[in-house]
Amino acid sequence: MDLVADWFRHLYDTTGINLTIVYDPYDRQRFLSGLGMTIYLSVVSIIISTIIGAIGAWAQGSPARAIRAFVNGFVVLFRNTPPLVQIFFFYFGLGQILPRVENDDGMMVQMISNVQWAIISLSLFAGAYNVEIFRSGIEAVPRTTTEAAEALGYTRLGVYRHVLLPLALRICLPALNNNLVNLLKTTTLAYAIAVPETLYVSKQIWNDSQNVPVMMTVLLIVYTALVGILVYIMNRWERFLSIPGYGQGAAR
Amino acid sequence: MAADPSVSQNEYGWTPDQPLIRLVDVHKAFGSLQVLRGVSLDVRKGEVICIIGPSGSGKSTLIRCINALIPVDSGTIRVEGQEVNDPDLDKLALRRKVGMVFQQYNLFPHRTALQNVMMAPVHVLKQNRKEVEVRARALMAKVRLQGKEDVYPGQLSGGQQQRVAIARSLAMRPDVMLFDEVTAALDPETVKEVLVTIRELAEEGMTCILVTHEMGFAREVADHVYFTDKGLIVEHGPPADFFANPKDERTKAFLGQVL
Repeated sequence: MDLVADWFRHLYDTTGINLTIVYDPYDRQRFLSGLGMTIYLSVVSIIISTIIGAIGAWAQGSPARAIRAFVNGFVVLFRNTPPLVQIFFFYFGLGQILPRVENDDGMMVQMISNVQWAIISLSLFAGAYNVEIFRSGIEAVPRTTTEAAEALGYTRLGVYRHVLLPLALRICLPALNNNLVNLLKTTTLAYAIAVPETLYVSKQIWNDSQNVPVMMTVLLIVYTALVGILVYIMNRWERFLSIPGYGQGAAR
Repeated sequence: MAADPSVSQNEYGWTPDQPLIRLVDVHKAFGSLQVLRGVSLDVRKGEVICIIGPSGSGKSTLIRCINALIPVDSGTIRVEGQEVNDPDLDKLALRRKVGMVFQQYNLFPHRTALQNVMMAPVHVLKQNRKEVEVRARALMAKVRLQGKEDVYPGQLSGGQQQRVAIARSLAMRPDVMLFDEVTAALDPETVKEVLVTIRELAEEGMTCILVTHEMGFAREVADHVYFTDKGLIVEHGPPADFFANPKDERTKAFLGQVL
């Protein structure tokens, strides 16, 4: 480890490329925790937003008009407004209205922390898109297939769970993939409410070390890699779900 | 009618000596299009009836009304005494009595043939998976698809898919089977293998209602043939009579075209 640190210190001395995140233990720790926060925000928001999408798309087909109107209103609200405005709305708007609670140190703090608000607003933002993505998949399933399930006695929920959703998911995976990639990148907006994710800690590091161009490059590489990993996982999933003799599965 | 103590009644007061399915003056319109304009018919237990007629005469709508896939506007549909035209209809109770096979097979493409047969008894009837599997394997053998249990629908031919669809419907142990032009999407060679399966069912005493264009088959297996045109039953009778001496001009014209 020392050898590596020495080499990067030497790199800084000879070229001016200052990677404190490698040779300086404090910066390294800060950066890794930021990376961890980005992964945490992404994974939790991906899961929640996908669940919102699946449930929302089901509710969109509800016989009750009020439920359909609610889902459509939700989609319009969160798709037509900028995600940064949504985050500010939740953290500075709603957060101010909610009662404050005492934390372990006896300080009065917001009931919902900035990290929690970031997860809530990112999940709702991506969830609104996911509702529409799942709907597109559902609409591509032939009506006759659901009719067959109904004829076998399946309830509306049963049809959705056992027939519609599994088929719709396979159809809409590429679009879902796209939106989740977007979601991962949108986690950087949590910076604005001081969530210590990768961009936020990087800013702290470049403020202290004056290595802005270096850290910017690091950021680009880090996000390229993170999205690459996500896309890899999604593609594996897509292959896992492919059905022999059906759709894309037929070609493989 | 005085209740005969030797015949057991079901919860709807229906006894097996009454028609298993009874339609009285059924009307259905899609918007301004009158599809059914007062259809009445009776189907007794163990009977095989065929409904024939030109496209758009309401045949498919008619059998879809029987298992409540399409709600009717007025009239009475009783399946073993249960009124189908009822806003509080217990659809599950109805649909476990009435099996249906479709023109386009409509198998669930993400499940293997065996899983297709097993799904509804496990999910809907909450039956034991192991027992259902034994039954499903027997049904696969019955429709002559041994060895195809773990194959996905997309890898089967049309005729094979249709036989899986029949097995899937039989797995619910229905009292009556509805067949909606089940051979219309098949090539002539595979039509036969599906018809053989249906004939076996009929011979075993399964009550069957078939919408079909297979006149030869209708003549062979049906106990009663109904001819529909423009939402009405124009003529009906035993096949020998019906095909030999059609009385109505429309029946004559139709049979003249297809035979």
